Amino acid sequence: MSVTTSVETSKPNAKGKRKKSLVELLFEGRAFFALIAIVIVFSSMSPNYFTINNFLIMSSHVAIFGLLAIGMLLVILNGGIDLSVGSTLGLAGVVAGFLMQGVTLPQFGVILYPPVWVVVVLTCLLGAVVGAVNGVLIAYLRVPAFVATLGVLYVARGIALLMTNGLTYNNLGGRPELGNTGFDWLGFNRLAGLPIGVLVLAVFAIACGILLSRTAFGRWLYSSGGNEHAAELSGVPVKRVKIIVYMLSGVCAAVAGLVLSSQLTSAGPTAGTTYELTAIAAVVIGGAALTGGRGTVIGTLLGAFVIGFLSDGLVIIGVSAYWQTVFTGAVIVMAVLLNSIKYGRRW
Amino acid sequence: MSNDQSPGKIGEVVLAARNIAKSYGNIHALKGVNFDIHRGQVTTLFGENGAGKSTLMKILSGVVRPTSGEIVLDGKPITFSSSTEAREHGISIIHQELSLAPNMNVRDNIFMGREIRTATGVDFAEEERQTQALMAELEEDIDPLTLVEDLRLGQQQIVEIARALSVNSRILIMDEPTSALSASEVEVLFKVIRDLTSKGVSIVYISHHLEEALQITNHAVVLRDGTMTAYAERKNINLEWIVRHMVGENFDLGSPPTDHTIGSVALSIEGLSVPDPSGADYNVVDNLSLSVREGEIVCIYGLMGAGRTELLEAVAGRLSPSSGKVTLRGQNVTGKSIAECIRNGLVLVPEDRQRDGLVQTMTVGRNLSLASIGAITRVFFTSFTKEAQLVGDAIQRVHIKSDGGGAAIGSLSGGNQQKVVIGKMLATDPEVILLDEPSRGIDIGAKAEVFKLLAERAKRGLAVIYTTSEVGECLSIAHRIIVMRRGRISAEFGPDATKEQIMAASGEAVVTH
Ligand SMILES: Nc1ncnc2c1ncn2[C@@H]1O[C@H](COP(=O)(O)OP(=O)(O)OP(=O)(O)O)[C@@H](O)[C@H]1O
Ligand SMILES: [Mg+2]
Repeated sequence: MSVTTSVETSKPNAKGKRKKSLVELLFEGRAFFALIAIVIVFSSMSPNYFTINNFLIMSSHVAIFGLLAIGMLLVILNGGIDLSVGSTLGLAGVVAGFLMQGVTLPQFGVILYPPVWVVVVLTCLLGAVVGAVNGVLIAYLRVPAFVATLGVLYVARGIALLMTNGLTYNNLGGRPELGNTGFDWLGFNRLAGLPIGVLVLAVFAIACGILLSRTAFGRWLYSSGGNEHAAELSGVPVKRVKIIVYMLSGVCAAVAGLVLSSQLTSAGPTAGTTYELTAIAAVVIGGAALTGGRGTVIGTLLGAFVIGFLSDGLVIIGVSAYWQTVFTGAVIVMAVLLNSIKYGRRW
Repeated sequence: MSNDQSPGKIGEVVLAARNIAKSYGNIHALKGVNFDIHRGQVTTLFGENGAGKSTLMKILSGVVRPTSGEIVLDGKPITFSSSTEAREHGISIIHQELSLAPNMNVRDNIFMGREIRTATGVDFAEEERQTQALMAELEEDIDPLTLVEDLRLGQQQIVEIARALSVNSRILIMDEPTSALSASEVEVLFKVIRDLTSKGVSIVYISHHLEEALQITNHAVVLRDGTMTAYAERKNINLEWIVRHMVGENFDLGSPPTDHTIGSVALSIEGLSVPDPSGADYNVVDNLSLSVREGEIVCIYGLMGAGRTELLEAVAGRLSPSSGKVTLRGQNVTGKSIAECIRNGLVLVPEDRQRDGLVQTMTVGRNLSLASIGAITRVFFTSFTKEAQLVGDAIQRVHIKSDGGGAAIGSLSGGNQQKVVIGKMLATDPEVILLDEPSRGIDIGAKAEVFKLLAERAKRGLAVIYTTSEVGECLSIAHRIIVMRRGRISAEFGPDATKEQIMAASGEAVVTH
């Protein structure tokens, strides 16, 4: 036993190299290959799966999780976590529903029916405010992100329940004579054959991708998630970055809430319960590190599609809801396992 | 278990590397190295940054596995599958980058993974007693129950050393154990090392403080670009021999640049006081005043705990002073944020590169451009061409040995990581630069380069303040040498001071080199 301590081939020949890079390629694109595998498996099991119409339907489901996941990605890159997005989604839907029903001003004896664009803007603002609360709690009052957003999760859900008394706003269609129609446009209409929700997701994804890769803010975000001390000493305004990140996550959740209640043409106070966990799962499946500093928009989108296409596929082939939960859980654990191989490697 | 000292002659080879090679992808860190460790003696490994010293030591202690070659322990070939296995054979290592858990206290760090168990749990009292004994041996006044994150960098290094000592290994590898220690602490460590070798423990020592290493070593090995280029016994060599084999020519750390005019006051500190960060009611910086002119280089010397780091951090906006005023070219910057200070041209190169200097998740290039990213962003978009240029310039100017700007930070040797931190701040084109122990972990050639770079920048008007714990470095490019002691300036010298004068003013027992 002369050369006993070799773990790699000492003379990597060309063939060995190519083989390694193929393995690496497969590994890098693991979410992508998982998605392809899911499509192939379900297509072979059900003729209804591989149809354009089904893909569009599934994609508009994915749009909701995808929007939440993009906001979550920003937060996770920054080294935090946002558990409040599911509740923010619900609250945003309820507030939109409330505004669509008309706002009564008793002092003046009038009922205001804001047009849809005003509703959208106000709801997004609400998301930003919820996010700002998270951000201030975390950045300035030094509450751990997990705890702060957990608290906001409860508060936002509670407000949604209070506002509706536990009931659901139906008929969000608006009335032509009040000039507030068009709310269902977000959820039902198609542009160039694509559901609006999916287009909204695409726009958010592209904007977020540009933000992360082309702007100073993106670099600040990655660096303060990787090492906050070093980022601060390099002049990165870490606190401001943190607050903006949570605000963006809140806006993403509010938009997701608008799309969802528009798809359902109703807004219930319990909408979006546990969606924050799905969003986190999408980010993790997409290869981001929960410790911060690592992750991409493409990966997160793939993660959202993996979860969406998997759970819809299970529905289509008629697997019970209980098994769906088990499968989703297994996929998440697999993904984290692969991530830890990737980031835990020391040599 | 680890203490079974099989009787053997002093000086015989206990552990040897035979033809060890290690490649990371197409980087060949080691190219067939032979290296012997002698029983009861100190073997010092010299070499430039990135020469492969740490890699070789990690291989000998089971942390990484070689690509080829073998390890011979007591004449028999052996493989280690982990550092735990190496430790069971009596080999332990003090890593160059500290490997302590900052959220745990000193005692728990020292006994991590080797807790002293009783029937009902862990014997904390005994652990604490042993920790205290270790601290007494190292002549350090550190409470075993202090959290490691509350300790200064040098103290953390002491804890790291104590942990390695507590294992009672027969082969102890020390990879730059003294980079954050001051001279008197190094003396104590050397006493401990002599004590250990007299008990038959074999030591491998790595340091960029060459003179210091020469005091303690019995054997000298020089590594260059992954190959062993020279070996000699201590009695046959001197400093010049090491430098010649390490870098090929004799370097000196330069002299104060003179052929330029010292301008007006760039930075002025008036009556600055900084309270103790851990809440004790004394000032770590006590009513200190100092001013530095454009083009002037000032060195601050002091022992560990003299308040140098706190002074620089308060000036750069990281700590808030309780009183006093900092003025940057006539503009009051007291209490301004770090970002504002950087924008105004006042930058700090921090002492602890792992904690404060580098973002491990980003590439070398992105670390280098981090502090300037705002400046190369127009409206919204960062200019990639400008960034690439900035990164290329920085790599070239501070001589970073790296596989380009896209390499991972973790793939750089310790000294090259340090150069990244310096390069990052210089890239912002500052007017005043504060460097806290800039030479920590960089080799003599690189040190000379960094000092030369600073001297050149000073000629063009940069005001420089750097701290050091090595007296030799005071007497290089500095126009003025300030000695700090307990938060105050205890003396001020010109470049013609002697080492003895400086050390005496710092309150340190003068050791003769
Ligand atoms: N994990 C890694 N991946 C890729 N390259 C690496 C890795 N670790 C070390 N290297 C490379 O191996 C070479 C030797 O590094 P090593 O850390 O052994 O140097 P060193 O002699 O200890 O230097 P220093 O004095 O700066 O600590 C360097 O070129 C370094 O970039
Ligand atoms: Mg090293």
